[in-house]
Amino acid sequence: MTAGVVAEGSARRRAGQRALAAAEYAASAGGGAGVPAVDLARAAEVRLRAGGGPGPGDPLLLGVRHHGPGSARAVRRALDAYRPSVVLIEGPPEADAIVGLAGEEGMRPPVALLAHVVGDPARAAFWPLAGFSPEWVAIRWALEHGVPLRFIDLPAAHSLALGQEEEGASGPGPLPGVPDADADAPSQGQASGPEPGGEAVRIDPLAVLAETAGYDDPERWWEDAVEHRGSGSGGSDQGADAIAAFAALGEAMGVLREAYGDGGYDRDPVREAHMRLRLREAQRAHGERAAVVCGAWHVPALRAATTVAADRALLKGLPKVKAELAWVPWTHHRLARRSGYGAGIDSPGWYAHLFDAPDRPLERWLTKVARLLRDEGIGVSSAHVIEAVRLAEALAAMRGRPLAGLAETLDAVRAVMCEGSGVPLALVEDRLVVGDVLGEVPESAPAVPLQRDLERQRRSLRLKPEALERELQLDLRKDTDAGRSRLLHRLRLLDIPWGEPAVSRGATGTFRETWRLRWEPELAVRVAEAAVWGTTVRGAAAAKTESEAASTTALAGLTALAERCLLAGLDEALPVVMRALADRAALDSDVGHLAQALPALARAVRYGDVRGTEGAALAEVAVGLAERIFVGLPGACAGLDADGATELRGHVDAVHRAVGLLAPAAEAVDGGASVSATSDGTTSDGTTSDGTTSDGTTSDGGASDSGASDSATSDGGSSDSANAAAAADHAVGPAKDGGPGLNGDSLRSRWAGTLSRLVHRDDLPGLIRGRAARLLLDDGVLGEDEAGRVMGLALSPAVPPGEAASWVEGFLGGEAGGGTLLVHDERLLALVDGWLAAIPEAGFTDVLPLLRRTFSAYEPGARRAIGELVARGGPAGGRPEHATEALPGFGPDVDEGRAAAVLPTLELLLGRDREERRDLENRRDQRDQRDREDERGQVTPRGPAAPRDRVTPGDQPAPPHQEDQP
Amino acid sequence: MTTQIDAEAALRPHAEHAFADELAALAAADDRPRPERWRLSPWAIAMYLLGGVLDDGTVISPKYVGPRRIVEVAVSTLATDRALLLLGVPGTAKTWVSEHLAAAVSGDSTLLVQGTAGTPEEAIRYGWNYAELLAHGPSRDALVPSPVMRSMAEGMTARVEELTRIPADVQDTLITILSEKTLPIPELGAEVQAVRGFNLIATANDRDRGVNDLSSALRRRFNTVVLPLPATAEAEVEIVSRRVDQIGRSLQLPELPDGVDEIRRVVQVFRELRDGVTHDGRTKLKSPSGTLSTAEAISVVTGGLALAAHFGDGVLRAGDVAAGILGSVVRDPAADKVVWQEYLETVVRERDGWKDFYRACREVSE
Repeated sequence: MTAGVVAEGSARRRAGQRALAAAEYAASAGGGAGVPAVDLARAAEVRLRAGGGPGPGDPLLLGVRHHGPGSARAVRRALDAYRPSVVLIEGPPEADAIVGLAGEEGMRPPVALLAHVVGDPARAAFWPLAGFSPEWVAIRWALEHGVPLRFIDLPAAHSLALGQEEEGASGPGPLPGVPDADADAPSQGQASGPEPGGEAVRIDPLAVLAETAGYDDPERWWEDAVEHRGSGSGGSDQGADAIAAFAALGEAMGVLREAYGDGGYDRDPVREAHMRLRLREAQRAHGERAAVVCGAWHVPALRAATTVAADRALLKGLPKVKAELAWVPWTHHRLARRSGYGAGIDSPGWYAHLFDAPDRPLERWLTKVARLLRDEGIGVSSAHVIEAVRLAEALAAMRGRPLAGLAETLDAVRAVMCEGSGVPLALVEDRLVVGDVLGEVPESAPAVPLQRDLERQRRSLRLKPEALERELQLDLRKDTDAGRSRLLHRLRLLDIPWGEPAVSRGATGTFRETWRLRWEPELAVRVAEAAVWGTTVRGAAAAKTESEAASTTALAGLTALAERCLLAGLDEALPVVMRALADRAALDSDVGHLAQALPALARAVRYGDVRGTEGAALAEVAVGLAERIFVGLPGACAGLDADGATELRGHVDAVHRAVGLLAPAAEAVDGGASVSATSDGTTSDGTTSDGTTSDGTTSDGGASDSGASDSATSDGGSSDSANAAAAADHAVGPAKDGGPGLNGDSLRSRWAGTLSRLVHRDDLPGLIRGRAARLLLDDGVLGEDEAGRVMGLALSPAVPPGEAASWVEGFLGGEAGGGTLLVHDERLLALVDGWLAAIPEAGFTDVLPLLRRTFSAYEPGARRAIGELVARGGPAGGRPEHATEALPGFGPDVDEGRAAAVLPTLELLLGRDREERRDLENRRDQRDQRDREDERGQVTPRGPAAPRDRVTPGDQPAPPHQEDQP
Repeated sequence: MTTQIDAEAALRPHAEHAFADELAALAAADDRPRPERWRLSPWAIAMYLLGGVLDDGTVISPKYVGPRRIVEVAVSTLATDRALLLLGVPGTAKTWVSEHLAAAVSGDSTLLVQGTAGTPEEAIRYGWNYAELLAHGPSRDALVPSPVMRSMAEGMTARVEELTRIPADVQDTLITILSEKTLPIPELGAEVQAVRGFNLIATANDRDRGVNDLSSALRRRFNTVVLPLPATAEAEVEIVSRRVDQIGRSLQLPELPDGVDEIRRVVQVFRELRDGVTHDGRTKLKSPSGTLSTAEAISVVTGGLALAAHFGDGVLRAGDVAAGILGSVVRDPAADKVVWQEYLETVVRERDGWKDFYRACREVSE
């Protein structure tokens, strides 16, 4: 594979070839079985000596590919054969103090050495180690054999400082480990930074070798040449082979470095000088037989003849910071290259398998794949595994590879098990090829107090950090779950997003919470960062919240903070937030800001009591806020352009929802009012229905005694709606006689009053007026007839078409329910239809975009239904009288017998008692009587009430349906 | 019964005849181990399909332009005596690959069962010569073997085209053949056992998947390889030019000057309409109901070449391909016509240097 491929070219090319020859010796060294091990070992040493020249003693230089299982196995064999007196590893020397932890029971790779600047944990670097990393193998070997262990790379104190210096020039720059011989050195990167950019062109030595050998993928060449070799059981002569292989590989690198110099790795000379110094030091202290495990790229440099003085000179004047080191758990996902700044291997899961499998790696691997697919419900039998193994082996033979590699096995899995589809294959790649292993660090490892507190709480709440994302359902009525929820909320306040709140599936209810949990290794850094706020999770969260409350200027931000405070159960921080909130609310007069802030606050008030927190103070602020919005809203609506109106419509909707939430909380005293409202409404023989009809009879009951009418008498036209609002009050119950106060009913009625004022002011944008009318209609405050009248007004020929169209958008657009309203309320449909038909041709093109925007938001079903209705000529001519005709598909009259059949079920649903049923029956009798009296026997379609209820499942039900009384 | 004709005279010569030279050169140079009764080693077959240069300088033309992985998996599958199922949308060279695989493995691509809705069991197992049967009773002589049976007996590669078009009960006759590698003949109390070297390549269409879906028992006997549409426009132009060249040769069309620009344009139109987005990714398009496969692009260009050679000035021009494109795109006269018109007016008309093409298309569309 050499001569044909390598064209005669530059000196570099030839150097690559020479290096390849050396590397091939490494690959072929396995053939020397039979030669006594010692001889080979000695031969290797001789080679080293010969190649190295007068160096600092004769260390065993094990140049490896970081995270290569083959390298790792070879390192173990080499160490077994060589028996060094001291083991030196490329890594920050500060870690010497904590390396002993690696031997402890609780330590499970993948883990990483985390180095961060004291007092600034965000400036950090990682040296990840997997179970199949050569460094990890060497560490464990040294600890098991009681051999001293030293890290010899540039201290983190320097590298972190250097990293900071570079930041100005090239962003969060690479720390010295990154651009290593094999592009995947114990990878160091700023926790927040991306992979190094290309400030200098750096060569990938492996790529050069692979290219020379005719491989397009350096990883693959390395696998074939090194990793897949000698997977047999360890033996002494294999140990010697390993030593020889390392020697040859070092030679290859030496040739490469002759050609390429430092290959673009500017900081390498400094690092290597430090390595040499540490190496000499170690040899002085522990004897000559030292073994060095480092990136293959560094081997020639470590063998180079330099003077101590020269090395010292290189190291002079390096910037320095105070660094702290710790072990942190790591994950396979982080090791994978695709995760951004990982250590740079594609397939940690595959490598771990290769390293751990005692024998028959291919068969075991494909069995694993089959089990995974089976667990996911894909039928895969043993026969599939057999065929996949055969196919993978055939592929490997065809591609001329010594052993089926990952590419072959995945191709086989795709063809045999996945029926050619890539979807299940993606699962295999995610779960097995990369894997979701999360390392563990023993408790005795040094950690910040906050970390310990988190661990303690985690344990008592039985929450396990897992690398795989999973969903957690919490029932807040249980103590443990409530505790979990509080912990997760506090962590979120501290910017440690272990859990993200998710939308509950299926289960609704304020006592339920759903979280998506996923522990990422960076979270360890976040914990270290958050440690400045306190020593316990609760204390830190409270301190951070208080400081945030002081610095937040936006009202919405403050209310959101208050809500999160309640969720996290931070009672001590709440007063501070509330104070800030009250101050800010008093100063802020912008209705938009107030309206933005209200929803979060309303939620906090509403759900606060589910968690047993005190919400009274909050409710006070919230109600105050709402009042100020009510007052300011009509003014704020004036003189808006289209965009402003759209924005404000969103605010109006939000406030409407918030008021719905606030009202029951404020009226908590007379709980259950909303339930009794229904029965009140149905029994109040006609008074309410009078109040809401538009026949001009300013009604007898509601308006006079409710006391709410004063809020809605801005102009003459609004008297009807004032009555309507009052009627609603009346419907909500007699408990209301005490007059307005901090009471849910009055809050709601005042909001209704505000909306009514909006509806009747002609100088406001149509969008807002339409929206207000719709909200009132949905709440049943605005009767249907009144709604029809208002709509008729808004759509009169005198109103410019553009304005009318935006009214229609406000009234019918927005939420999904708009379409169903038109389907069920023929009168409104007739109005719209009539208006539309009457628009002059010139105006039509102007309103078309607005209309299209409105109607395109409807569900296709609703759109089609409307279309059918119109096509059938149902709502013809815009004359409301036609609406009294039966709906298409319905009989002309209500079939009482069939309608009665649903009543028992309805009663069960609504939980009525017998007394109410009697009332209902009374009422039905009365109505029957009336029907009989009424010759025309008109029946309004019963539809409208139903969809409206669905649209606003608010606490106040729509008033009972009324008969149409001409 | 077959009339042996000269390979030169055949309208469409079999792969093993058309590329006999390459196969012979490969066989001569191939020193790798071959599975029993294979003409070539798996490595050489992959080279035959993907193209390359032998050590002695013989150039092997690529038969399939696409991911190397696909060919390697397909050949390895045949080597492991598992049956191979080639899946893909129409026009992704399923049949083409299957023919060349059979030619390279067994030197014979004619052991073919064409799957249709009316394919009977006899086409897969065996039939009877009724005159013989009546005259002498059931015997081996009265048996009419199917291509599958013959390839079992001789250790060859059988092909089944459009497997999913075959009724489900007939499909299932393959199960015994593929799992037991034997074909019982109960009438004679005998069986035909497959000898080493026998294997089966089936093709099936993704789009028709619902027609006669394979039973899971049968599906388990196949390794599946999905043939993708060409990944890049360049690759597709390459495929089209190469095939047009070959077809042109066998149809004895006069040699034409380089029409590669026109080919590129056809490919671009096809890709844009197929993907529903213009080449530069700026404008969304509606897709017509047809598949607009590479194979159709090839036939459009071949048709255009014939037009240009016989009726035109000998240069492939926009007018020569316009009618062909129209025919490929507009499959449903109502809906596709609108799609095509929209494409013409919004995309083609605006494009620099496409005036001639626009005019030609307008002419045929009127």
